[in-house]
Amino acid sequence: MGLLTDLRSSIARAAASLFSEEEPKRIGIYGPPNAGKTTLANRIARDWTEHGDAVGPESHIPHETRRARRKENVEIERDGKTVNIDIVDTPGVTTKVDYTEFLEHDMEEDDAVRRSREATEGVAEAMHWLREDVDGVIYVLDAAEDPFTQVNTMLIGIIESQDLPVLILANKIDLEEASVKRIRDAFPQHETTPLSALEGDNMDEVYDRIAEYFG
Amino acid sequence: MAEVKEPRDGVQIDLISGQRMAGLTGMEKIRIILDGVREGNIVILEEGLSPDEESRLIEVTMTEISPDEFNGIEIETYPRSETADASFLDRLMGKESTNKLTVIGPANQIETLHKDETLIQTLVSRR
Repeated sequence: MGLLTDLRSSIARAAASLFSEEEPKRIGIYGPPNAGKTTLANRIARDWTEHGDAVGPESHIPHETRRARRKENVEIERDGKTVNIDIVDTPGVTTKVDYTEFLEHDMEEDDAVRRSREATEGVAEAMHWLREDVDGVIYVLDAAEDPFTQVNTMLIGIIESQDLPVLILANKIDLEEASVKRIRDAFPQHETTPLSALEGDNMDEVYDRIAEYFG
Repeated sequence: MAEVKEPRDGVQIDLISGQRMAGLTGMEKIRIILDGVREGNIVILEEGLSPDEESRLIEVTMTEISPDEFNGIEIETYPRSETADASFLDRLMGKESTNKLTVIGPANQIETLHKDETLIQTLVSRR
């Protein structure tokens, strides 16, 4: 009888350890091209992962990120608790891609055409992730740009329609022309948190919000 | 689309009623839009698309972009406010309001001049 009880309790313990640990939530970093999504993903990875490897290359040329990239098991510690998330850096979403715009960045025509083809595949991939595979969204906007664009309006609407938690970040506050108020006015139904992912400004508040929204 | 006369020197505008779109599947709606836009037409939807349809429209548009042929679309609607206000039950029942006039055109022919909550001004050029 004792043996049976021992066996039963060890099975229960094994089952508990199998199912008690929650799967990390997959948090998609979304936004228009050149908002600083990869810069943010890299900063989060550097701050909270053991080896601090970059998630992807950063560039001022639009559509540098043309594949969604996942960084697993990012453990963010806040107030003695640990929030475990996977961050998914996604290509910037747009409704148009014109390869001739890449030519302005001193790119050869063949490279520009290839980049535009990869960019379109990347946007389609990002949309698919948003519909199927993310549990929450960090929406990154360039605070120096007009947030009142159709892509932003549509994406926020798509995110809301799926009842996903969304954290809006006003990035690039280190730029003189940045306006956090403009973003707050554009999306008054959501809280907006300012930061500079490049300079590391206000990251403590960003991590507080991530823990609050996705923990 | 219904049969139309040979286009002359101008820009064709397809004003599609909510009634016409209501009986179509999401993919049929997207096909009507993209077929029109790829012919150089401006498509105006009386009642717009649902967020899920908008998401698929972006995805399908991306798969159709081809250098020197089709650069994608420009799309404008008034900012959506109903979605945020709709109750969870309404959204669960698919009752979220999407009736927002929507203008869609080829990215290389339509340019938004001004947009706010009550006004969309666009400049449409010939090919």
